Amino acid sequence: MNIDHFKPATVYTIYIASTPEKVWQALTTAEFSRKYFFGNAVEVDLKIGGAYVECDPPRKLTVTFNVNWPALIEKLGPTLVTYEIEPVGDVVRLTMTEAHDRPLSDDILSGGRQGWPAILSSLKSLLETGEPLVIKMAPPQRMLEALKKMGIATP
Amino acid sequence: MPKPEFLYVTYIETTPQKLWQALTSSEFSKRYWFNTELKTDWKIGSPFALVMNGTTTDVGEVLEFDPPRRLSYTFHHVLSEAARKERPTKVVFTLAPHGKLVKLTLTHEGFEAGSKLLEGISKGWPAILASLKSLLETGNALTIPPVALDIEGFE
Repeated sequence: MNIDHFKPATVYTIYIASTPEKVWQALTTAEFSRKYFFGNAVEVDLKIGGAYVECDPPRKLTVTFNVNWPALIEKLGPTLVTYEIEPVGDVVRLTMTEAHDRPLSDDILSGGRQGWPAILSSLKSLLETGEPLVIKMAPPQRMLEALKKMGIATP
Repeated sequence: MPKPEFLYVTYIETTPQKLWQALTSSEFSKRYWFNTELKTDWKIGSPFALVMNGTTTDVGEVLEFDPPRRLSYTFHHVLSEAARKERPTKVVFTLAPHGKLVKLTLTHEGFEAGSKLLEGISKGWPAILASLKSLLETGNALTIPPVALDIEGFE
């Protein structure tokens, strides 16, 4: 995949009292991700490299982020998510960038913009306190309506 | 064209009352906001100033004070010469209970095109709010070296 065509659409930065290695582990292992990512497990074998576009532990990780939803990928294209992990004094700066290979409306992007702050706030709490946050999210209504208007069936 | 605006959302395991206190008292702000004090009596229309290590960095006026829900003030940076020439902007904090958590939404808007201030606050707010979240959840604020934020004139 040529990632040069992708442009950042959403960026979220958070600072965590942790080490780059621990943040990396939390981002790449199912055991951790299930706790903060709305119950979703990251279950990609790093060795396969299929969905991992760039993998430079513990600094930079770029993954394609595709929902198992073929109609959506066909119309909206793949989503590229990059995590950058930088040591900053005694803490870590984690920057998440969501990028796309075509322009998408704010309505479509609102789904991710609603989700990322919750996911990354919970990741921070998990690493700092040992407990993730319990965040109940309403369905991303604005995005779902935009998808409907585009003729994309929603589950 | 959408107006330039900064938006940041984070979820914090605390109560709206404690978060409100942290956002409005110098005793707290000194700990998570790079040793910044909040100088104001919080009456609507009263002057407002941010004083970092004894130096006034930003001034404004209290616009809304509705504990523990909504806080807003105008924000005019006075330290850097480039930003001092820009018109005052507006900061709004919204606190919403979210299950056992509080959803904190910060908007900062009203920037001129090519604003130097927008560049600076976009790097500053995520660090300040991450430190605030840590302080409320763990009792310890983050120690982030100012120079790591890469903001002109902030070292």
